[in-house]
Amino acid sequence: MTSFWSLWISAITIAVIAGCLILVLHTRRSEVHKETTTETMNHAFDGIEELDNPLPRWWFNMFIITIIFGVVYLFLYPGLGNYKGYLNWTSYNQWEAEMAHADEHYKPVFAKFASLSVEDIATNDTARQMGQRMFNNNCAVCHGQGGAGAYGFPNLSDKDWLYGGDGAAIKASITNGRAGAMPPWGDIIGEDGVRNVTSYTLSLSGQEVDAKAAAQGQTTYQAMCVACHGVDGKGNQMLGAPNLTDDTWLYGGSFAQVAHSIRQGRNGAMPAHGSLLSEDKIHLISGYVFSLSD
Amino acid sequence: MSETTPDTYNYKVVRQFAIMTVVWGIVGMAVGVLIAAQLVWPALNFDTAWLSFGRLRPLHTNAVIFAFGGCALFSTSYYVVQRTCQVRLFAEPLVKFTFWGWQAVIVLAAITLPMGLTTAKEYAELEWPIDILITLVWVSYAIVFLGTVAKRKTPHIYVGNWFYMAFIITVAVLHVVNSAEIPVTISKSYSAYAGTVDAMVQWWYGHNAVGFFLTAGFLGIMYYFVPKQAERPIFSYRLSVVHFWALIATYMWAGGHHLHYSALPDWTQSVGMVMSLILLAPSWGGMINGMMTLSGAWHKLRTDPVLRFLVVSLSFYGMSTFEGPMMSIKTVNALSHNTDWTIGHVHAGALGWVAMISIGAVYHMIPKLFGKASMYSVKLINTHFWLATVGVVLYIAAMWVNGILQGLMWRAVNQDGTLTYSFVESLEASYFGYVVRVIGGIFFLAGMLVMAYNVWQTVRSNSSAPALASSAA
Repeated sequence: MTSFWSLWISAITIAVIAGCLILVLHTRRSEVHKETTTETMNHAFDGIEELDNPLPRWWFNMFIITIIFGVVYLFLYPGLGNYKGYLNWTSYNQWEAEMAHADEHYKPVFAKFASLSVEDIATNDTARQMGQRMFNNNCAVCHGQGGAGAYGFPNLSDKDWLYGGDGAAIKASITNGRAGAMPPWGDIIGEDGVRNVTSYTLSLSGQEVDAKAAAQGQTTYQAMCVACHGVDGKGNQMLGAPNLTDDTWLYGGSFAQVAHSIRQGRNGAMPAHGSLLSEDKIHLISGYVFSLSD
Repeated sequence: MSETTPDTYNYKVVRQFAIMTVVWGIVGMAVGVLIAAQLVWPALNFDTAWLSFGRLRPLHTNAVIFAFGGCALFSTSYYVVQRTCQVRLFAEPLVKFTFWGWQAVIVLAAITLPMGLTTAKEYAELEWPIDILITLVWVSYAIVFLGTVAKRKTPHIYVGNWFYMAFIITVAVLHVVNSAEIPVTISKSYSAYAGTVDAMVQWWYGHNAVGFFLTAGFLGIMYYFVPKQAERPIFSYRLSVVHFWALIATYMWAGGHHLHYSALPDWTQSVGMVMSLILLAPSWGGMINGMMTLSGAWHKLRTDPVLRFLVVSLSFYGMSTFEGPMMSIKTVNALSHNTDWTIGHVHAGALGWVAMISIGAVYHMIPKLFGKASMYSVKLINTHFWLATVGVVLYIAAMWVNGILQGLMWRAVNQDGTLTYSFVESLEASYFGYVVRVIGGIFFLAGMLVMAYNVWQTVRSNSSAPALASSAA
C-alpha cells in the first residue's frame, strides 16, 4: 500500500487505542469517590438515578492489561500499515515453514512406497490404508466412501472403466483430471432420431425395446455415434466414451435418462489433482483405487 | 403519575411493536427449530426448494435479528426515549411509517428469501429494492428518535439513549455502505465490491450488526429496564461514560477477526484481533453496570421472574463477550473457525442476551402499555424463564461439544501426516449434538408460546391499573 494509506491506518489505529487509554485514565483520575458510594450524579430520568461510583479496580486493571497486550502485539506483528513487525512474521512465512516441516517429516514416509507399482500398493496393507485415508479426505466427497460413486460420479469399485483401470490410467486420471464430453444431438437428429437411437442404445445391453425404432436408431447410430462408442457399442477408453453394452450407467439407464443424455449431451469433469497433491500421494491413492475393483 | 397518561406519550406504536416482537419471535424461532431438525432428519426439507436449509437459514437469521430483535428495539426505544426525555415522539407520520415500513420489510423478506432471491451477503441477503425500503425506514427512525431527544424536557440525555442513538446512526452507515450494489433486474444485483474487499466490507458490516444492532441497541434496553425493574440507581455513571465510548470506538475495528487465515492482508487480521481483545473490558462495563445495579436488591430475584430474565441475560452477555475476544485470538480461532462453536457463541448472544433481555423488557412494558395492573400470570413468566434458560443451556452446551469435537477431528493427523478423519466422520460424531440442539430450540420456542398466551390474556383482561384508572378519571 502507499505510504499515505500506511500512515492513515497507523494513525487511526493508534488514535483509537490511545483514546481508550486516555479516557480510562482521565476518568479514573477525576473520580470524586474512591470507594463505593451512595452519592448520585444529581439527575434522574423517569425516576432512574445514577450513582457516582468509581470504576471497579479489577475492571480498570483488565482494561489496561488488554491495551498493553494490544500495543505489544502491534509491535511484534504486522498491523500498523506497512510496518512489518519486530518478528518479521507473515502468514505466508508461517505456511512455508509448516510445509517445509511437513515435507521433512512425511516425505520419507511416502517415498518408501514410490518404488512399488500401483498394483503392488493395492496388496500392501500399510500403503493401501494410507491411500484410503487420503481418498476419504480428497475423493470421497464425489465418489463416496468406498468409491461406490453416485449419479454423475463414476463407481470406482466395479470393473467398468471410462479411461482404463490399470495403474497408469488411474494415476493419469487423478493427476491430470478428465473432461468427458458427450455432444448434444437433439438439434441434429431431431426428437424422433433421439428416441430411435435411445431404443437402439438400450437394446445393446439386452433390454426390451421397440424393435422397429431400434432398427431405425441403428442406422443413425452407425452414422453419428460409432466414431466414439464403436461399431459394437463397447466404447473407447482413449476418448472416455462409455461402454453401452454393460448396463452400467453414469447418468441413469432409464429410457428418459438415456434420451436426455443423447438430446442434451453430458459434460463430466474430474478435476486435476497434480497441483493439489504430491506425486507420492497420488501414487498411493491410485493404489487404493486400483484395489477397489480388484 | 401524570406522565403515564396515554395522551402524553405515543404508546400506540410501542404497543404495536411490542406485540409484533412476540409474533416474529415465534415465527423466527419456529423456523430455527425446523432447520435445526433438518440437520438431524434431512428428509424434513420434503424435497421442496423453498423449504430447503439453504433458503430457510437466511429467513431464520433475518427473522430473529431484524424482525424479532428489530421490533424489540423499536418498541423499547420509543418507550424509553419518551419516558426519559418526558416528551411525546417527534414527527407522528414518520413514527407510523417506521412501523408499517418495517413490517413490510419483514414480509418481503419472508417471501423473497424462500424464493431464493438473495444477495448472498450474510445478514444482508435482501435484494436492492428492499434495501432501499430499509434505508427509508431507518432514516425515518433516526429523525424520530433524534428529534425526540432534541426536544427533551430533561437537562441531560440518559445513558440508555446514548446507546440507542449510537445503534441507530451506525446501523444506517453500515447498511448503506455494505448494501452498495449494482441492480441488474428488479430481483438481482451485484455487490459494488469485489473479492477480498467485498469480504472485508461484509464482515465490517456483519460484526457491527452484532456490535451495534445486537449489543449497543440492547444495552439501551438494559440501561432502562434493569434499574426500573430493580428500582435501584445505575451503579456507576463514570463506568457508563468510559464503556460507551470505548465500546463504540473499538467495535468498528473488530470485523477482521471473521477472516483470520484468509486472503485478508496480515495487518488487517492483526488489527481485528487486537481491537477484539481490547473490546473485552468495554463490553463487560455494561454487564457490571447492570449487575451491580442490583446490589441491595438481590432478594428481588427470588420473587420477580422479569428481573430474573434481565439478570440472566446479562450473565449470558458477559459470557459471550468474554468468549468472543478469546475466539478472535488467532490460535484459538484456528480451532474454532467454521465449527459449531461459532454457532453456539452466536446463540449464547442471540438467545441468552438479546432474546432474554427483550423478553424481560416486553413483560415489563405490556401491563403499562395496555393499562393493566400486572401481567395475567406471574407464574407463567416463571415457567417461561425456566423453559428459556434450559433451552439456551442445552443449545450452547451441544454446540460447544460439537465445535471442539469438530475442530479437534479436523486437525488430527496420523503419523504419516494424512488426516485421521474424513469430513463425514466429523459429521457423524456431531449427530448427537444436533439432536440436543433441536431439543434446546423446542424448549426456547415453547417458552415463547407461553409468553404469547400470557400476553394475550393480559391484553384482553378487564383489570386496569389503579394508577392509570385514577389519572384517567
